Amino acid sequence: MKIVVCVKQVPDTATQVKIASDPKTIDTAGITWIVSPYDEFAVEEALRIKEKRGQGEVIAVSLGPDRVKETLRSALAMGCDRAIHLNDPAWADADTLATARALAAVIKQEQPALVLCGRQAIDDDMGAVAAQVAEILGWPCASWIMEETVDADAKSIRVGRQVEGGLEIFDSPLPCVLSAQKGLNEPRYPTLKGIMGAKKKEIKDVKAADLGLGAGGSQLGITALEALPPRPPGRIIPGTVEEAAKELVRALREDAKAI
Amino acid sequence: MAGAFWCVVEDDRKGAPKKVMAEVLGEATRLGGGPVEAVWLADKVTDEGIRQLGAWGATKVWLFEGEAYAPYRAEVWTPVVAELAGKEQPRAILAPVTSRLREFVARLAARLGAGLSADSVAFAMEGDRLVATRPVYAGKLLSRVAWAKTPWIATLRPNVFKPADAQADRTAAVERVSATAPPATLKLVERREEVSTGLPELTEAEIVVSGGRGMKGPENYVILEDMGRVIGAAVGASRAAVDAGWRPHRFQIGQTGRTISPKLYLGFGVSGAIQHLAGMRTSKVIVAVNKDPEAPIFKIADFGIVADLFEVVPALAAEFKKLLEK
Repeated sequence: MKIVVCVKQVPDTATQVKIASDPKTIDTAGITWIVSPYDEFAVEEALRIKEKRGQGEVIAVSLGPDRVKETLRSALAMGCDRAIHLNDPAWADADTLATARALAAVIKQEQPALVLCGRQAIDDDMGAVAAQVAEILGWPCASWIMEETVDADAKSIRVGRQVEGGLEIFDSPLPCVLSAQKGLNEPRYPTLKGIMGAKKKEIKDVKAADLGLGAGGSQLGITALEALPPRPPGRIIPGTVEEAAKELVRALREDAKAI
Repeated sequence: MAGAFWCVVEDDRKGAPKKVMAEVLGEATRLGGGPVEAVWLADKVTDEGIRQLGAWGATKVWLFEGEAYAPYRAEVWTPVVAELAGKEQPRAILAPVTSRLREFVARLAARLGAGLSADSVAFAMEGDRLVATRPVYAGKLLSRVAWAKTPWIATLRPNVFKPADAQADRTAAVERVSATAPPATLKLVERREEVSTGLPELTEAEIVVSGGRGMKGPENYVILEDMGRVIGAAVGASRAAVDAGWRPHRFQIGQTGRTISPKLYLGFGVSGAIQHLAGMRTSKVIVAVNKDPEAPIFKIADFGIVADLFEVVPALAAEFKKLLEK
């Protein structure tokens, strides 16, 4: 069973982000880059499916500039078999739709039985690419997956999708597109052997023209990034616990009108 | 004439719109960029539900009613709504962020070849175009976005926008759409309900009480639940508490959990790591209780008490009780 996993490189959550002078992007100097955490759940699940079935191929795909090779190396070190790097300045301002089109084009070439994504990337938090890839391919999709089981002949998959107040369990035919929610699994750490082995695995560079795609096509553009408006300074309430509790409830009712 | 502002309806699966629709319809009305219309897909709707949408400001309800639309499946909803959009040319398509609408709207945007601004927290009409504001990078920055063309498609973070006042004299015209829904390939096997805590849903609650590592163990969340019952609050947890196995993941607030924006957030023994702040920073009033005066959460808190939460929680619950019994 062939599985494509879509991964994105994002700044580490703890990294301080500064707005660049343009001011539509962030200043990338000094940023620590990581694999978006939800995408690690997707990689892990793909590897588990392959291991359980005793055969198959897991291909990691990522879109972005040269630095994205590191992210693909991490996916290979975890155990993916090969990687595809959508690496073209044509995609520099790609919105979710342009990204989904590029991913869908490469997925069409690979013809996997399953596509796994993270539920959202933790930089722009759009959470749209999985559903958009599915739409472009004309495949079913299910988002925020907490569990899955592929049937014995790899014709269908049973998935548990997290919704308000519970889980909805669906059977979907394959191929389909799933997005991984936290709780699906516990991603493995690459072993030393995995890291060494990853250096020998293939990362194929793909340009927009290779997929028959042109530049542009983004439908949503960032006009500016802004710092958060400062919150008004807070107030530490002094006194004994009883006094502080009493004053807090008064302030919440009378000053903040929050209760 | 400018096209309409469509608002996709989230409902309670029993024929009534959820109250978050007052926020979506209220914002669409406030923007004044076009007639405000609701689009509702369900297996059943009630007259009362339609009246409610009208009272909140919908001038028309496009109604897709039929067995095919429940349970929700993106592959069924997308083509029928896309077809109507092709005919009606709405100027904007707005929806609240819920588990199904966030997916549906993304898929619809791809179908229509349109841009999507997910989890938006503000909108403005600038001349003849819509611009949206949305948090990015764990809520550390705000991104202003604009669309290349209509329809402008966006989802709205719940509890951020001012809800419309229900006005009984406003009514919506009902337009039933007879669409041929494509067959679904996804088949529902079962719905597993979570054990109800009897408290509100985290993302919908107006007040949220949250417990972090300072709670010391799973057995202590009962004191937060007791307080939650007094003030009608949902009870959440930080990642540290969830990763320790004290609370199920569905209660996690933060970057790898739920994003909430309640009127009032009370954090107990929550340090305020960046990834937690990402999920609650747009709360209107933030209260922090922590023994450590250096805890980062005090930097964004409106009110803080530096003390042992196990002493503060009972005292606070007693004060809330006194206030609400008045």
